Amino acid sequence: MTEFQELNHVDPPADLHHDDSIGVLQTSLSPKRMAAKRFVNHRAAFVSAIVLTMIIIFVVLSPITARYGINESIFKAEAGHPNQNLAPFNLAWFGTDSNGRDLYSRIIYGAQVSLMIGLFTAIGSVLLGTLVGGLAGYKGGWLDDILMRVTDIYLALPLLVVLVIVRGMLKNVDWVTAIMGDTSSVRFLVILLTVVGWMGVARLIRGQVKQLKEREFIEAARALGASSSRIMFRHLLPNSVGQIMVALTFAVVGAISAEATLSFFGFGPDAGSGMTSLGLLIRDSKKAVPPGYWWLVVFPGVFFIILSLCINFIGDGLRDAVDPKMQQEVK
Amino acid sequence: MLRFIVRRLLWAIPTLFIVTFVVYCALRLATNPLASYARANPRVAKDPEKMAQYVETNGLWPGFSGYVRGYFVWLKGFVTGNWQVSIKGSRPVWPNLKIALVNTIRLGLLAVMVSIPIGLSLGIFAALKPGRLRDTAVNTGAIIGFSVQPFISAIILQLFFGVQWAKWFGEPLLPTSGLYPPGHQGFDPVLMLKYMILPVIVVSIQSIASYSRYMRASLLDVLNSDYLRTARSKGISERRVLVKHALRNAMIPIVTLAALDIGAIVGGLIISEAVFDYPGMGVFFLNAQSNGDFPELMPWMVIITSSVILFNLLADLAYAWLDPRIRLD
Amino acid sequence: MSTESALSIRDLRVTFKTLLGNVQAVRGVSLDVQPGEVLGVVGESGSGKSVSFLAVMGLLGRNAVIEGSAKVGDTELVGANQRTLRKVRGNNVAMIFQDPLSALNPVHRVGAQVAEMVLAHHHGMSKDDAAKRAVELLDIVGIPQPEQRARQYAHEFSGGMRQRVMIAMAIANDPKVLIADEPTTALDVTVQAQILEVIDRIRKEMGTAVVLITHDLGVVARMADRVQVMYAGRVVERADVHSLFHQSDHPYTRGLLASQPTLGRERLSPIPGAPPNMLQPPSGCAFRVRCAHAAPECAGDVPELIQVRRTETACVRAQELEALV
Ligand SMILES: Nc1ncnc2c1ncn2[C@@H]1O[C@H](COP(=O)(O)OP(=O)(O)OP(=O)(O)O)[C@@H](O)[C@H]1O
Ligand code: SF4
Ligand SMILES: [Mg+2]
Repeated sequence: MTEFQELNHVDPPADLHHDDSIGVLQTSLSPKRMAAKRFVNHRAAFVSAIVLTMIIIFVVLSPITARYGINESIFKAEAGHPNQNLAPFNLAWFGTDSNGRDLYSRIIYGAQVSLMIGLFTAIGSVLLGTLVGGLAGYKGGWLDDILMRVTDIYLALPLLVVLVIVRGMLKNVDWVTAIMGDTSSVRFLVILLTVVGWMGVARLIRGQVKQLKEREFIEAARALGASSSRIMFRHLLPNSVGQIMVALTFAVVGAISAEATLSFFGFGPDAGSGMTSLGLLIRDSKKAVPPGYWWLVVFPGVFFIILSLCINFIGDGLRDAVDPKMQQEVK
Repeated sequence: MLRFIVRRLLWAIPTLFIVTFVVYCALRLATNPLASYARANPRVAKDPEKMAQYVETNGLWPGFSGYVRGYFVWLKGFVTGNWQVSIKGSRPVWPNLKIALVNTIRLGLLAVMVSIPIGLSLGIFAALKPGRLRDTAVNTGAIIGFSVQPFISAIILQLFFGVQWAKWFGEPLLPTSGLYPPGHQGFDPVLMLKYMILPVIVVSIQSIASYSRYMRASLLDVLNSDYLRTARSKGISERRVLVKHALRNAMIPIVTLAALDIGAIVGGLIISEAVFDYPGMGVFFLNAQSNGDFPELMPWMVIITSSVILFNLLADLAYAWLDPRIRLD
Repeated sequence: MSTESALSIRDLRVTFKTLLGNVQAVRGVSLDVQPGEVLGVVGESGSGKSVSFLAVMGLLGRNAVIEGSAKVGDTELVGANQRTLRKVRGNNVAMIFQDPLSALNPVHRVGAQVAEMVLAHHHGMSKDDAAKRAVELLDIVGIPQPEQRARQYAHEFSGGMRQRVMIAMAIANDPKVLIADEPTTALDVTVQAQILEVIDRIRKEMGTAVVLITHDLGVVARMADRVQVMYAGRVVERADVHSLFHQSDHPYTRGLLASQPTLGRERLSPIPGAPPNMLQPPSGCAFRVRCAHAAPECAGDVPELIQVRRTETACVRAQELEALV
């Protein structure tokens, strides 16, 4: 019921329409090729991958693709010839904002910041989450108990509340501020989102490791006297790469959404120098609702939806692709 | 069964103590109540004696031992009904909190009543023909639903039904803010329902998406089970197979999920409440938070964590009631 | 054979459409079972035993394409509509599955599940009567204190007792054909013997035709009148039990016999290699790649069943190989 997409949301169980009685079909394809084939067969995921690639290219090549500078008005305003809140399609494709800046260009700059936050947070969360979740799943015992207790409570609380409170705590501890910088810096935001976000990943990886641990080849390795770290790094991790990729993908959307939510409530990165993010653009659009400047609402919002949609579809496709149960999928 | 409930309730008590203590520490650190108090009362802040008195009466001592002592001061006040007054405006907390709670429960239950039937129907509809067009459509729809963040759907709906509609047709189709028109007095359910339509839609989008996916996965699991094959091998009608065997079993995890979900309502609607200015728990939290109002935030957190813990218990009970394999003691 | 067969299957073919291609799980199976007879069906895992009979019952998923013919009495089941299938299932043909725990619904009482089977084919019977009949059936299959047990759930039963419940359910409407798919695989040896006894008793008392699918040649030797050996979706050898055990002519059957653990033989010799990929079943004799006697002519036409000595064998070299035994 909560209205938040979990940062690293633990998604509904994967599609399970398979018949367990069948056993795995023998084919000439290697597991990797099969996974690739299944991913391509997931049409939405495949299309999303193409769209996302295009978005990323656009965003990376901002010096070429953006038409105006980050803080640049499209022309110098004169009396009787204002540059603010211009409707789209004439001088600016997506219209201009209350400062006369080109919305199209600003969406590109905003996406840059959002994607960067998403990527760094996701990598941080996945590293931390894999480490803790892997250890907890492999060792079990008290570490596992604590992980499960803490994350149970975390998952039950609204994400925004957790984020706001943790943000307040981090802000008020001096030595933390020294490391994390100002509360409105991108660095602070990435660390904050990582501190909250690793837990979802940890649960996912823990489950995967627990499952793998019971499998024959791991037992065989243990029987042969392989050390814990060898089993962990040579067997468990390589066999979890698929799951880790899935977690990484969902962590990116989770982080982007969390950034946007925080920005929407005024806890986002500092926009002082004209810097923006998708969340900040959407926050600004609140002011555009009463006067009916629809473009300021629709373009950032729809762009954000398309971006998360692409990443969610890719995650869904990846999950199906790495799920051994999906190998029998009906045509 | 009774033993289980009693034991779980007895367990819930220490759990609540631990959780509230952690929350107390977190909030003390995050809101810094003394500084908030000084900000809200600049004149008092200049008087060290009065400040010291505020620390003493509210148990705001520094350091870990100070936190522990302070927790017990707060706890004593909380359970004896002598709640600390709010920092901003020095008002009693409960009256406003109660109104917020009732409003949020209203909104949440309405959203649940909308999204559970729709979500479950979609999930069933998809699972009955896996891999077909309808399945793909429901699945795709669910992922789109997940991707539509509530703050985006909220402002787009506001723009469309409030502002643009008024531009095209003279007046807005639906109210976009508050619970009643400004100045309204008394209780008017029909009017209130009208004000709740947009917030309910926003909350329901993601709920419907998640219920449909869970229902689909759960039903597919059952449809592929051996006992369903047995049921079919009996020669009973397909309808009976689906209702008596498939749905009955597929609902078990869904009921559990719904119980957990309902428990999360009280703290879970912040975004739509904020956008639509709906006077519920979310708006209460955001205001209290921006004032660093510790005496308001603490009971708020106690309510949402108790709700989570209580509905966790209910979920377990529902599970045991529906699935005879679960032994409760 | 004659029209009196309880179950008569002709050239049954089952193909599964999957993402990776078409799996030809059953490729032309024919058989007849007479009332009161036990037909053993044996073969390695994946040889199409279960799929053949699930196809007959119409219990395969939508991705299965079924061709050929399967008749129970005069009723054709392949391509039959749901109504016909429903009338036949549980009434004329009943099936017992391998794992009785997962085959019983965990949330319904055992008695109710048996009663449901009774009610399905006795419209107008009252619920109370059906419940009484269910208790009676539980008694017939040897469940002690059937009234109490009827009110319990599957997880409260032991493995053997669960399988008895499955049998009680299956015989509720005096079916003409009872298909038992590995009914004893999940059970330990003593319980296994008890379950087989129950099945045999019912066959004798009711004259039911029994199809007994199993991996265990020992079970076949004890129970079956005739045996049919399957490999890669086809029947490769067919004979009465005695002939098959003592004068088999198919190299695969001989391999199976040699791989069974028996008292007196020191070592097992499992058949080397793995069953073929049914996405692209090999041409000619499917056993070719694993057969010690394979010759170029084995790659020609798919061998048909022909009478060689005392068994019907699908091996082109069977005549020449006779001498080797
Ligand atoms: N739904 C399905 N989709 C695709 N292939 C299937 C399906 N069901 C069965 N098969 C394939 O059909 C073949 C025959 O399976 P079947 O279950 O009949 O084997 P079996 O002889 O009963 O083996 P076992 O002794 O293990 O029960 C197998 O290769 C299996 O992979
Ligand atoms: S036909 Fe050839 S390959 Fe097949 S069983 Fe006979 S000898 Fe072996
Ligand atoms: Mg089988």
